[in-house]
Amino acid sequence: MTTIQGKTGEWEVVIGLEIHAQVISAAKLFSGAPTDFGAEANTQVSFVDAAMPGMLPVINEFCVEQAVRTGLGLKAEINLYSVFDRKNYFYPDLPAGYQISQYQQPIVGKGTVYLDLPNGETRAVGITRLHLEQDAGKSLHDQHPDLTYVDLNRCGIALMEIVSEPDLRSAEEAGVYLRKLRSILRYLGTCDGNMEQGSLRCDANVSVRRPGEDYGTRSEIKNVNSIRFVQQAIEYEARRQIELREEGGTVAQETRLFDSRKGVTRLMRTKEEAHDYRYFPDPDLLPLILDKEWVEKIKAGLPELPDEKKARFMADYGLSAYDAGVLVAERETADYYEAVVGGGGGEDRRDPKLVANWVINELFGQLSKAGKSINDIPPERFAGLIDLVVEEKVSARSAKEVLTVMLVTGKDAARIVAEKGLEQVSDAGAIEAAVDRVLTDQADEVAAYKAGKEKLFGFLMGQVMRATQGKASPKLVNEVLRKKLGGK
Amino acid sequence: MALDKATVAHIAILARIKATDQELDHLVGELSKILAWVEQLGEVDTENVAPMTGVAGMKLPRRQDVVTERESVDTVLANAPASARGFFSVPKVLE
Repeated sequence: MTTIQGKTGEWEVVIGLEIHAQVISAAKLFSGAPTDFGAEANTQVSFVDAAMPGMLPVINEFCVEQAVRTGLGLKAEINLYSVFDRKNYFYPDLPAGYQISQYQQPIVGKGTVYLDLPNGETRAVGITRLHLEQDAGKSLHDQHPDLTYVDLNRCGIALMEIVSEPDLRSAEEAGVYLRKLRSILRYLGTCDGNMEQGSLRCDANVSVRRPGEDYGTRSEIKNVNSIRFVQQAIEYEARRQIELREEGGTVAQETRLFDSRKGVTRLMRTKEEAHDYRYFPDPDLLPLILDKEWVEKIKAGLPELPDEKKARFMADYGLSAYDAGVLVAERETADYYEAVVGGGGGEDRRDPKLVANWVINELFGQLSKAGKSINDIPPERFAGLIDLVVEEKVSARSAKEVLTVMLVTGKDAARIVAEKGLEQVSDAGAIEAAVDRVLTDQADEVAAYKAGKEKLFGFLMGQVMRATQGKASPKLVNEVLRKKLGGK
Repeated sequence: MALDKATVAHIAILARIKATDQELDHLVGELSKILAWVEQLGEVDTENVAPMTGVAGMKLPRRQDVVTERESVDTVLANAPASARGFFSVPKVLE
């Protein structure tokens, strides 16, 4: 059990997350206005979105399909009968005075997300529900001393609110959950998961308790827009509640905001009574009734999801759980890896473990250092480099250099090797000469080695590699060196 | 069901309607009467009746995921009580 040590003993943190995920669709949930991000203010607004009198909502069938697809991806129950309700509250960026949402009868019910924790454990986190609702517009409070400006472009875009059970026990687990959920959404193509642009937003419900006790009173932290901030907010809030309770205070059920600059949560000034939403079924919308066959058709068309892909990578390619997990986190990365392995998984494929090693350790490292992505290097080109390594035409050390050049110039591996003169030296004569030189130069070390300091073999090996500018075949150097040192 | 004054005051705040103390007294009576009138529906036995979700006998109409409405900013803002620089403008909201 993960616990936090307080002054008076151990505490357990209990976390549930509410995710708002913007649905990928061309038009809004109930209107034909576009959903493009970053458009000029109020250029993506229909009269439905602006809540002009007499305008009626008509549901976008594709948004419903996206919600069902997401539900299926979360291994959740799909409710063939669901209802849209009005959630009433006043705010300038909600022109209707209510948000069309789903309350007691959401489109998706209970589901499960599986987390791969850093300690190797797998943890199931319950999904309570997923419902469809409208996004609100945006208020700009800092453009004028006395006025708030309102942009309704976002108003009416379809959102999926995904609520988890209070199954998470640390800020770290919350981060793993968010990453996993984002990965699933991206695989499904139902939300782009971009937290910076606000297409994925997170509210965290946090409470603390003594191990074995019932749940404590929770506070809700709103408005957190990165995974790192979610983790910081939870850490801070858990500490705050523990200190409060250890000093004899009680936690109030309240809504708090995370201030990312100060790294603290603070009480929202909005009065609690504003949260009396008076839900009732929207009289403009009939119940949403889904056809069972239609749902089955969507299910049949689901892509391979991260969990299944990971299992396949481990079974078919013999990868470790860790390597497979890294590769499947993003669908593009997994596809890239498989393209490099090639051969359709058959006899002609490249060594899957070798490729995984190169992709994860070398390619990812160099790409992030160069500020580039896998889109900047076609898989065939990277595979060309792997082939040279396998054929021992270039040493592993030189291959890293070739990759660096490749990322800058976009040239093929073979050409870079030729231009830079990095061909691996497999000529026994040349290697023997180099070994002889090193043995003469390092006579003291050779003597020490022969006297029993066997660790020096690595040093001598390194000297030969250096003498050949890393181009010698390590395998050959090893052989020749052992022979010359007396076959030890 | 008779409402008390505190409840009516709360409803007034939620509805953003300013009501004086005197008006509240009056509204308590009015709203209570409306509720009592609607409550007559409770006299009907609906034990085995499914909730009625509409009277039109039709299915929820759906639209394709196609952009069909591209209004200009001027059109969208035409009926706004106040606007500036392409935005709706309202008295400053403090949060």
